[in-house]
Amino acid sequence: MQASDRFNINSQLEHLQAKYVGTGHADLNRFEWAVNIHRDSYASYIGHYPMLAYFAIAQNESIGRERYNFLQKMLLPCGLPPEREDD
Amino acid sequence: MDTEIAKTQEERRRMEQELASLTSLTYDRDLYGGTDRDTYVSSIPVNDDEDTNVDSMDSEVARRLASYTAPKSLFNEVPRGGEDDDNNLGFKKPSRIIDREDDYRKRRFSRMISPERHDAFAAGEKTPDPSVRTYAEVMKEQALRKVEEETLKEIAQKKKEEEEAAKAEGPKRRNRWDQSQDNADVPAKKAKTSSDWDLPDATPGIGRWDATPTPGRVSDATPSVGRRNRWDETPTPGRVADSDATPAGGVTPGATPAGMTWDATPKGLATPTPKRQRSRWDETPATMGSATPMAGATPAAAYTPGITPVGAIDVATPTPSAINLRGAITPEQYNLLRWEKDIEERNRPLTDEELDAMFPQEGYKILEPPASYVPIRTPARKLLATPTPMGTPLYQIPEENRGQQFDVPKEAPGGLPFMKPEDYQYFGALLNEEDEEELSPDEQKERKIMKLLLKVKNGTPPQRKTALRQLTDKAREFGAGPLFNRILPLLMQPTLEDQERHLLVKVIDRVLYKLDELVRPYVHKILVVIEPLLIDEDYYARVEGREIISNLSKAAGLATMIAAMRPDIDNIDEYVRNTTARAFSVVASALGIPALLPFLKAVCQSKKSWQARHTGIKIVQQIAILIGCAVLPHLRSLVEIIEHGLNDENQKVRTITALSLAALAEAAAPYGIESFDSVLKPLWKGIRSHRGKVLAAFLKAIGFIIPLMDALYASYYTKEVMFILIREFQSPDEEMKKIVLKVVKQCVSTEGVEADYIRSDILPEFFRNFWVRRMALDRRNYKQLVETTMEIANKVGVADIVGRIVEDLKDESEPYRRMVMETIEKVVANLGASDIDARLEELLIDGILYAFQEQTSDDANVMLNGFGAVVNALGQRVKPYLPQICGTIKWRLNNKSAKVRQQAADLISRIAVVMKQCQEEQLMGHLGVVLYEYLGEEYPEVLGSILGALKAIVNVIGMTKMTPPIKDLLPRLTPILKNRHEKVQENCIDLVGRIADRGAEFVPAREWMRICFELLEMLKAHKKGIRRATVNTFGYIAKAIGPQDVLATLLNNLKVQERQNRVCTTVAIAIVAETCSPFTVLPALMNEYRVPELNVQNGVLKSLSFLFEYIGEMGKDYIYAVTPLLEDALMDRDLVHRQTAASAVKHMALGVAGLGCEDALIHLLNYVWPNIFETSPHVINAVMEAIEGMRVALGPAVVLNYCLQGLFHPARKVREVYWKIYNSLYIGSQDALVAAYPTLEDEHNNEYSRPELMMFI
Repeated sequence: MQASDRFNINSQLEHLQAKYVGTGHADLNRFEWAVNIHRDSYASYIGHYPMLAYFAIAQNESIGRERYNFLQKMLLPCGLPPEREDD
Repeated sequence: MDTEIAKTQEERRRMEQELASLTSLTYDRDLYGGTDRDTYVSSIPVNDDEDTNVDSMDSEVARRLASYTAPKSLFNEVPRGGEDDDNNLGFKKPSRIIDREDDYRKRRFSRMISPERHDAFAAGEKTPDPSVRTYAEVMKEQALRKVEEETLKEIAQKKKEEEEAAKAEGPKRRNRWDQSQDNADVPAKKAKTSSDWDLPDATPGIGRWDATPTPGRVSDATPSVGRRNRWDETPTPGRVADSDATPAGGVTPGATPAGMTWDATPKGLATPTPKRQRSRWDETPATMGSATPMAGATPAAAYTPGITPVGAIDVATPTPSAINLRGAITPEQYNLLRWEKDIEERNRPLTDEELDAMFPQEGYKILEPPASYVPIRTPARKLLATPTPMGTPLYQIPEENRGQQFDVPKEAPGGLPFMKPEDYQYFGALLNEEDEEELSPDEQKERKIMKLLLKVKNGTPPQRKTALRQLTDKAREFGAGPLFNRILPLLMQPTLEDQERHLLVKVIDRVLYKLDELVRPYVHKILVVIEPLLIDEDYYARVEGREIISNLSKAAGLATMIAAMRPDIDNIDEYVRNTTARAFSVVASALGIPALLPFLKAVCQSKKSWQARHTGIKIVQQIAILIGCAVLPHLRSLVEIIEHGLNDENQKVRTITALSLAALAEAAAPYGIESFDSVLKPLWKGIRSHRGKVLAAFLKAIGFIIPLMDALYASYYTKEVMFILIREFQSPDEEMKKIVLKVVKQCVSTEGVEADYIRSDILPEFFRNFWVRRMALDRRNYKQLVETTMEIANKVGVADIVGRIVEDLKDESEPYRRMVMETIEKVVANLGASDIDARLEELLIDGILYAFQEQTSDDANVMLNGFGAVVNALGQRVKPYLPQICGTIKWRLNNKSAKVRQQAADLISRIAVVMKQCQEEQLMGHLGVVLYEYLGEEYPEVLGSILGALKAIVNVIGMTKMTPPIKDLLPRLTPILKNRHEKVQENCIDLVGRIADRGAEFVPAREWMRICFELLEMLKAHKKGIRRATVNTFGYIAKAIGPQDVLATLLNNLKVQERQNRVCTTVAIAIVAETCSPFTVLPALMNEYRVPELNVQNGVLKSLSFLFEYIGEMGKDYIYAVTPLLEDALMDRDLVHRQTAASAVKHMALGVAGLGCEDALIHLLNYVWPNIFETSPHVINAVMEAIEGMRVALGPAVVLNYCLQGLFHPARKVREVYWKIYNSLYIGSQDALVAAYPTLEDEHNNEYSRPELMMFI
């Protein structure tokens, strides 16, 4: 990277992006990405009421219960993080 | 007018003299040794809101208004166009701070950078180190200085009385003298002066008290440091002698902490021979002080070790070697010498040869000098006459002198930046190339700090940046002491420039953050240097100062801040108290007002000195100004703290209390009246008993409190105060006038005050006293009066006000007429003209015409605006007067003066709309013809106005009815398009564009083509408005005569070299395409792409990009047509091709989103995608935006699929790019991606599948 590029908008773009939860970077591993995907998915299900209703019918649960379940699953959507090999 | 001014001034002077003779004490003339009192300001601004960053321009004007000149704002206006020097481009020449400081602000140099103080927190229970000063010591010192000051005053007073008595009764004299000698030591209260106005006041007074009475003290910049020795509790004989011997040198130790400590500490006293201090005293040559007028300003002269000047330096006329002795001279001297040399060079007598060369050979005779002529032989004159050695034009064999520097600074070792001559005394040590290894660790550290500071101060931006970072990182390692001992003297350097100060302040800021509590012993030191920033006239300096003090108080804590500043609160110097009050307000806003309240309360009730009370109350005022409405929660306690000040025995305290209340009320508006309940009574009682300045302050407070009240109370209290106000209408004092006007405005604008009351009680006196010629002469009075009158008009209506002043439009004084006009303009524009009856209307028009015709000054817009406003407000009622107005205009269009012609033309454009309303089309047609005849005008400003007037007429009466007919008018405009003057260009292009838009059919196509060629030139214009109008005009013309010819012209223009021209051409092509439908333009455009020339192809691509941006969804019909072209461009080797094509793709994609062009877009995406690895910023930016466009048009799922291939690529560089794309995709449409994420396989512990999506009913 040249010295002049260091301060332009492109270099700041990544920094800007990094402010949002859920964005990724070159060192993201499979687990972390999957966690993001899952959380986004649950958030989306909860956010779209028709989706929630659909799942409720399919699982024969109340809509409130479904929402509660999804919220709970957002905590550890893919289980505990795997042990790092390099640690 | 001049005679009038002279008369007023004369009157004023006489009045002041009378006043002066009334007061019994006139001793200051004797004391000051005949200083001219006339140079003092005669009234002190009571509203010192200069720092509330209202409008520094105004105060500037007001301060200088002693001499008669145009408003500063006019001078400041830079002429636009023409020369392109740096100022026009927004770059400022580096300016020295000292050059723009007034005497008051320069007093910052008289403060010493105080030695460090004892930090009670760090030390705990330990007894303080005797080398640092404790709070108690500082306080004691302060008290001592005060006593000394009083005593001196006392002595002066006694002497005075002495003399008077001596005059009265000769024989008693001896007796008295002895008595006074005895009494001299007793600090007695100073006798009160009889007149309020004559108290030795803040600005000129106190600081100078000490300057005169002691003989031999030349520099009054050194108020008391030197003298303190003499009053010291335990004087050491040797030192006193010392300080007397070198009067100016006595300042130097003030800056060097080591030297200063002996002053307070017993240790230093006991051992009067510390090596460093001793040597410095001895080495400073005695005459140095007298040679440097600003000795106090070069505090650290002694810093440069090892460069003690040798002998020759104290010669009156310095020799070059003396000049070049680095560090030995102050910057002032250096500059002085530079100028002297320059002037000598120019003023040296002309030689015979030169004279021969200058004059023609024949026709002149060389005369013999008269017999009586003797050349000047007086040594003094001769000294001046001989040029200094520096300036001698003759050649001299140079002596070898290795120490000499030839004006060229020695190359700084180790890549250090350039050093200015002024810097030598601070950084000189860096030039000694000593071996760093041999230095002690402390010295090494100092050197390191110096190097870094020099880099920050003078270095290039990268050097500066790294140096700043190093200073910050190593701040704790360097330690607070060494750092501040280096930085702070630099900030006191008299030749400091804005930029340098900014950088150094920045260093302090960073270092503060790092040092945190270590900064405590240095708090006062820092404050001394930073406080002056708070009253700097530069807004950003003030902000910077606030920030530093705020950070400082957060780092050091409230207790330390109070301990550091407490002694300054009752300092004898008003400057110190003023800056301290401001600093305290910053501390309050940083640490919260509640924390400071108990302290403030104690200070405001101080019994010991009125200065402390004054400062305490002033702190409250500054808090209110600084934090505005945030005072509300603490309003009641703040008012309670200061309320007793209204009845204080000292009138200054009363004044400042009232001002603080005003500031509080202003900050709290429109809430908080209940907090002021307790002060209402004393305020309203006060205005009956006080006079002069105090009364002004009280009135000001009342003016701000009344608007907070309910209607009922406001009405009552207004009536209470009004009779005082009316009495003060007659006051001769300018400041009082301004305040009275302001208070009237505030009272009148409150709800409860009835129009009838104003009409009957206020108006007659108001107009009698204020609407007089003299008020128009002072800019601030003028403004205030106009505003107040407007406010009154809002209550009592237009007719009352205009009726009273309309006659004055015919007054003989022009400034006064202008003020009347401005008021009428504002009132009428605000309230309309429906109140004005027929008679008044007649008078008004008559007056306006008179004023308009009689104006002579350049500031003509007032009359013009007034005329326009009145005519527009009257509307159709103007009809009977229009012939007369037009007659005037026609007559003035023919005037000799360009300004008059310009105004006449401007007036036409203002009143054109009204003329149309009055159905005076014939008259307008006539004016059109007249204007048409003046198109040969040679002054561009006037020509521009004439074109503007024509445009106004054309706009109003339309193309068909226009006379002269359009077909005659336009050919006349074509050559004017060549004119390079901005105003002409702008008005002309507007007019041409208007005609092209509305009346193109009246002009033959060939004429339009001719205009097209002229328009190309206008694309170069500097002003954006002109370029935009030109581009639009291309569109109109293309619409009128068909796009082919215009397009051909434009496409040819793509070949030119100038970038701006090409850019504008591409925009014009796009506009033509928009106005004439793309299909008329695209074929030719795409054909042009085949020209194998970079500029042309890029131009075509750019046009396409703009085109698709403008036509939006219309693009769906053309997308398949241009795809092959874009394919080619996206595969081109040239980066710019790909960049521009990518931005075309972006606009195309955004335009056709949702219109079913996905196939073409995916095809284009395939060409765009390989460019994601580009590194050039513009290209990658365009590519990313194209991909964003695709996300919108194709949906995120498609782009995600492109992304997935690289998110986990083995090469980091690849992953980085792909994640960047993924992230912008994610931020753009996070929710939509949920459905498109890939299915991930579960791993041993982790479940990655999303079963919910598999559910199916």
